[in-house]
Amino acid sequence: MTDGTSAPTATPSDDAVGSTAVPVESGLAEASESGLPSVILTIGLTKTYRGGLIAVDSLDLTVRQGEIFALLGPNGAGKTTTVGMLTARVVPTGGTALVNGVDVVAHPALAKAAVGVVAQANTLDRSLSVWENLYFHGRYFGFRDRAARAAADELLERFHLSGRAKARIATLSGGMAKRLMLARAFLPRPAVLFLDEPTAGLDPQSRLALWEILGQLHAEGETILLTTHYMEEAERLAQRVAIMDRGRLLALDTPDNLRRSLGAGGVLILKAEGDLDLLAQRLRLMRGVLEATPGPGELRLRLEETDGAIAEVVGVTSREGFPLRNLSLEETTLETVFISLTGKDLRE
Amino acid sequence: MTAAPTLTPALSEDPTPPPGASRPRASTWAVMRGLLLRDLTVLDKSLGEFLHNTVTQPLLLVFVFTYLFPLIGQGVGGSSEAGASRFASLLMAGLIAQAMAFQGVFRVAVPMAIEIDVTQELEGRVLAPTSVSTMATEKIVFGAILSLFAAMVVFPVAAFLPTTPVYLVVDWPVLLTLTPLACFTSAALGLTLGTVLKPASVPMLSGTLALPLAFGGAIFYTWESLDPVPWLQYLVLVNPIVYMSEGMRAALFTGVPHMSLGAIYGALTGFAVVFTVLGQRGFKRRVLA
Repeated sequence: MTDGTSAPTATPSDDAVGSTAVPVESGLAEASESGLPSVILTIGLTKTYRGGLIAVDSLDLTVRQGEIFALLGPNGAGKTTTVGMLTARVVPTGGTALVNGVDVVAHPALAKAAVGVVAQANTLDRSLSVWENLYFHGRYFGFRDRAARAAADELLERFHLSGRAKARIATLSGGMAKRLMLARAFLPRPAVLFLDEPTAGLDPQSRLALWEILGQLHAEGETILLTTHYMEEAERLAQRVAIMDRGRLLALDTPDNLRRSLGAGGVLILKAEGDLDLLAQRLRLMRGVLEATPGPGELRLRLEETDGAIAEVVGVTSREGFPLRNLSLEETTLETVFISLTGKDLRE
Repeated sequence: MTAAPTLTPALSEDPTPPPGASRPRASTWAVMRGLLLRDLTVLDKSLGEFLHNTVTQPLLLVFVFTYLFPLIGQGVGGSSEAGASRFASLLMAGLIAQAMAFQGVFRVAVPMAIEIDVTQELEGRVLAPTSVSTMATEKIVFGAILSLFAAMVVFPVAAFLPTTPVYLVVDWPVLLTLTPLACFTSAALGLTLGTVLKPASVPMLSGTLALPLAFGGAIFYTWESLDPVPWLQYLVLVNPIVYMSEGMRAALFTGVPHMSLGAIYGALTGFAVVFTVLGQRGFKRRVLA
């Protein structure tokens, strides 16, 4: 040990377990289509629990440095198990997972040094105060006393918890507890932050506050992988989204591309008087209208692109002499994409 | 909730090094020290409760057995001064062993069972960048420290409070080797128990486990004195506290009979190894899916 010789960062060590060299696999993690190095790489990652449940089935993922990556899927999709495997708490039964170039199965301790985790449940240390939760987390990551103190102070300030430094964990609101867990996970400046359903059960204001913090961390270059079953969360935060269901990856792309993959700009709902069957026939002839379904008092039009098409639809409708009473647009959301991929609702 | 936090300008402008930029990893020792420091901090916060919990029972037992009973004419160990002294001595060793065992076992086992099952707090600590076995080892080390601390707290109570004098003749080599072994064994048993204990059964522990361990632990009698009840004499051999009590007798007194040192060291070493293996295995099973 080199007590007292190191700067207020984590300590180098002569007696590290595992190995001194960074594992060889890092070469694998270098290239990804965007040119950015990948921080997470899984190949055929699989977890079969005792009893035969296949929680994650041959997952191939690449998460690039600096991106916010969302795993979107309903409960039981395998998101939490995936995060568990990537953070060395769940042992895979097949495949490979590299985090920051480290094989999580071969070098779990080394992999844990590269990750910060915000679990879904409140895993804060209830025997310690708010400040102590941060301080000791720093100590677990090898910070010296002074460095751990400084880091705890700084993060409390930054995550707007300074006023609660001495508070007991039990007295924190759900939003504060989540912020503290995020501060704790971020404290050792991990190569990648994992957040498992970060805003589940939070009130809307706390959710916004958390989103804003995540946005700031992203702006600073932090790589973030979050799981969520709120499509709005994935759409708002993530550069890329992986849609999972029953342990399998169904689609992986940017939210825009995922929406476009449905070939639908959205659904226009048109309320008008008159023979809507006739109107539907006319509108079907229009370019960009993929489908026109008349219903009682309204007509649903599936559009390829919404830009421009709406004006044309309105034009045709009035030219044909149908008094238009209302017009609304349902844009394609990730939820629509999810439903079209799985045939079921995200909240099921 | 307060309003949505805004970015502190100084921080956003500060070009912090890229996240995860190969910061050297903390050594096993550094992580272990951090975990130990945390446990000691928590102990410090509940020190009053710890002392109260450790001292109350021995204090009451010493009071009842060595003060009250002789006074009201139902003294244990005979009516003679020598008999009473002999009993006070063998009781003292037993009480130290019991404190050592109970604090080591239950203060590791109970919080662990709760942190694993109920509060899921352990999940937060399992993220420390070290192996699961290092974490389990830290629990044993901490339990052993508690166990030793308990023994030191109980010693003056059991040695100096009895109205009848105790024959204190310290065998230092035995005391200095046996105490750490007994403390370690207790903590390893605590780790094992913590990984199998269901939090719901914690309130029942005193009846289901603590009392049988204590009454079958050669605390109030020497193992040899069970000669007339052979089945019991053999049955209690599965109880590690028997060897701790007998060991403390060997370390602290002459004139009080005790089991052979070979049997004491052999059995405690065996228990230490078995509980360490079981505890490590159980801990791994509980924290890794």
